[in-house]
Amino acid sequence: MSATSWAWLVLLFPLVGSIAIALGFRTLPSKAAGLIGTAAIGAAFICGIAALVCLLGEDPEARHHASSLWDYASVAGLNIRLGIYVDPLSVFMVLVVTGVSTLIHLYSYGYMQSDQGYHRFFSYLNFFVFSMLLLVLAGNFVLLIVGWAFVGFASYALISFWYRRKTATKAGMKAFVINVVGDIGLVLAAFLIFRELGTFEYEDVFAKAPQVFHTNEWTVVAICLLLLVGAFAKSAQLPFHTWLPDAMEGPTPVSSLIHAATMVTAGVYLIARTHTLFVLAPTAADIAAFVGLATLLVAGTIALVMTDLKRAIAYSTMSQIGYMIMGVSIGAYSAGMFHLMTHAFFKALLFMAAGSFISAMANKQNIDEMSGFGKAMRFTSITFVCGALALAAFPGTSGFFSKDEILAYAHARGGMYDIFQILGYFGALLTAIYTFRLVFRVLPGKPCKEAQELIDTGHLAHETPRNPASGEEEDTDVGFPGAEHHIAEQSPGMKIAMGVLAFLALFAGLVQVPGLDETITHFLDPVFADSPLAEIVPSVGASWAGLAIGAAISVVGIGIAYWLYILRPEMPAALIRRFGWLHTFLVNKWYFDELIDVLVVRPALAIGRFANRFFERFVVDGLVTGTEETVRGASSVAHRLQNGFVRSYALILIAGFAGLALYFLIVQS
Amino acid sequence: MEAVIFFLAAIGAIGGAIGVVAMQNPFYSVLALVAHLFSLAALFLLLTSAFVAAAQVVVYAGAVMVLYVFVVAYVGGGGEPVADPIHGQRFLGILVASILFVELSAAILSSALLALGTHGPDVPAGFGDPAAIGRLLLEKFLLPFEASSILLLIAAVGAIVLAQRKRESEPQEGVSGPA
Amino acid sequence: MNIEWYIVLSALLFAIGAVGILVRRSPMVILLCLELMLNAGNLALVAFSREVGNQQGQVFALVVMVIAACEVVVGLGLIVAIFRRKLPLNVDDLRELRG
Repeated sequence: MSATSWAWLVLLFPLVGSIAIALGFRTLPSKAAGLIGTAAIGAAFICGIAALVCLLGEDPEARHHASSLWDYASVAGLNIRLGIYVDPLSVFMVLVVTGVSTLIHLYSYGYMQSDQGYHRFFSYLNFFVFSMLLLVLAGNFVLLIVGWAFVGFASYALISFWYRRKTATKAGMKAFVINVVGDIGLVLAAFLIFRELGTFEYEDVFAKAPQVFHTNEWTVVAICLLLLVGAFAKSAQLPFHTWLPDAMEGPTPVSSLIHAATMVTAGVYLIARTHTLFVLAPTAADIAAFVGLATLLVAGTIALVMTDLKRAIAYSTMSQIGYMIMGVSIGAYSAGMFHLMTHAFFKALLFMAAGSFISAMANKQNIDEMSGFGKAMRFTSITFVCGALALAAFPGTSGFFSKDEILAYAHARGGMYDIFQILGYFGALLTAIYTFRLVFRVLPGKPCKEAQELIDTGHLAHETPRNPASGEEEDTDVGFPGAEHHIAEQSPGMKIAMGVLAFLALFAGLVQVPGLDETITHFLDPVFADSPLAEIVPSVGASWAGLAIGAAISVVGIGIAYWLYILRPEMPAALIRRFGWLHTFLVNKWYFDELIDVLVVRPALAIGRFANRFFERFVVDGLVTGTEETVRGASSVAHRLQNGFVRSYALILIAGFAGLALYFLIVQS
Repeated sequence: MEAVIFFLAAIGAIGGAIGVVAMQNPFYSVLALVAHLFSLAALFLLLTSAFVAAAQVVVYAGAVMVLYVFVVAYVGGGGEPVADPIHGQRFLGILVASILFVELSAAILSSALLALGTHGPDVPAGFGDPAAIGRLLLEKFLLPFEASSILLLIAAVGAIVLAQRKRESEPQEGVSGPA
Repeated sequence: MNIEWYIVLSALLFAIGAVGILVRRSPMVILLCLELMLNAGNLALVAFSREVGNQQGQVFALVVMVIAACEVVVGLGLIVAIFRRKLPLNVDDLRELRG
């Protein structure tokens, strides 16, 4: 079987799983739904590995195949196919997505057990994985847009999973609307590509683009900027990032899968895939890099003050994706993709551990109320620390190798790009601080009352179910979280998933040690071979120097966090008092939501109201009513002729006859 | 001589016509029509159509008008209310009819049919005689002749059906008294 | 007399009949006015027949007379039927066919 056949199977299994669970939602027992879902993604992962094996068996130059099942539309120069493109980049993404998804499905099998919407959850989750794989495997821009839109829908469906919670549905709508803005950018970019190059297929587009476009010609810059709009909306970069923290309303496995490992990385994948176009439009690439850098820093500062555990991790995601966007924009393609992979591992793990803590806290998410879980939940705490170490780029962990590789590349590119390295290191410092702030707040110390209950009785604390954001009371019926909570220690599925991810978070970096084995770079080389930027390779010495600096920064950051939260626990409060204005600014997320409200939402509402009051009433209604009145008037005239009087009919008859005679008289003379 | 008779007959015809239209009592209208028919018969004679004139007097004035008289006697005749319920009908009616007359006259008088300005060709002696008409009816126009007789039959049957008294067993509304 | 006199007279009688139909309300009188119009047509037919020199017009006029007679018979039957049902004998009051 060829690589493309395996790739089609990769697409098939999640789709079948989703449909099967959906159709059987009344008849299947809940455990079966979970098993089918997990097995579907597991099968997809195995097919992905098979595709990888097929690819590796080929010559590196020949490792790109396009395969098409069906022509959608072949008319008048338009040729849209249901086609996929299998090359090292897409297989890499497939493996990351299916691998992490399998583990998350395993986690959800235990975590969502008492939820009334269990079948719906797995069906949606499988559908999400299918859409993400479609996006990644798409061989032309049209199918990319299809996958993109499906992913947006799946995200909406899963964020609003507990649909009777008002905050959840609002968050889902917010995410969807911002995603649609990105979709518009993507569709416009695809249209421009078709207009300039006449085709949608990846292979043709990337072959023709260097011949048709000059560097920094305005069309290619416009295309890249529109692609960036799409990428930023999906990957929650400034200014389209406001949906990501609110998306934490969804269940924790959703946050872990969609908003850490897979969907938000779609923007990074897009930029990497269309790197040929970005090479031709360096202006756009630089804009992307700066936006990535800005997001990195903004999100890092906000994460320092967040008290909601999941939202803090969400801002961390935003920040790390800023690194990835920065990486693939400045040309560190394989470094960016490597960071994508490691980030998927440790971020998913962090969310899983967070989910476990939140379950122990009876669904409360505020770290102000959490302490002492280090003793109460050993396994979760250990895995949490593993993930935190990787996130903070502690020496030896996977995050260490991946993050610093991007920064080393920035330095190697030199010139203006040194800014990225310096500010990137500053961002890494912030990352270490806020990550271990979470660790040192939640794990050590005197156990809070829920932790104490766990230690004493081994049972989870139960309280009246409440909405963590608004405090409203909820019932545990369908559309709300279930009655029971599940922690990793008590659920083998969750344990296995978290264990595997902890192992990967710690050791997956060893596949890409500079100077030693660089497997990822070699694997992805053929994809990026046409970019002149890929030829800038930092020397081994420079790489190790960068790694050393990164290690130092990471340790310093952890040290600062230790000092602030263990040694001098009164310091944070004093700092907040001293820098009150800064704290408020950060807690309000740099007022982006308010800014968007003023700039976008209010004018839109005003336009809508104006349209309703004037345009709708006078123009549209006027037209419609006007037409109605005209017809009615004309018909009433005709109506008057039909009065039932024979004599008036006779009059009309004779008048008509007279008219006819007149006509003939005139014609004759 | 001929002109005198023509004008007398014409005045009689027009007078009778106006009488039909203008009289309030339907019986007087019937009488006016009878006078009109006699005038027309005179005009037919002037046009050497003896048989048609005779038929006019015997059939039309003699039979059809008698039928009218019977019905008027049965039905009675009331006056009509003065005001016309249809707005503008009276004015428009007269106007339209006058326009029609003017157009027709214009058509006739200015027509290219030069023959209209003549007396007509000299006709043989038996023109319009019953014998000649009879021969035409039975030779050339046999089919119309027979068809019109069937038409008469149908009309007679139809009239009987229309004017029939309803039977006792059928539900009736506003049934008249024994008649 | 020239034929055109007869034709113009026929047109005048026709117009008078038309006025009668349009203005009068009693069905009896309307039928009488219809007779007027038919007779005007007859006059025109006979006049043209004389002018052409052919007797076919006169035969035509005879057939018209037959038809007029049939029409009168049916019309009067209708009037009798209306009268029998005690409906008003006024053309304006019989207007079920309004639109």
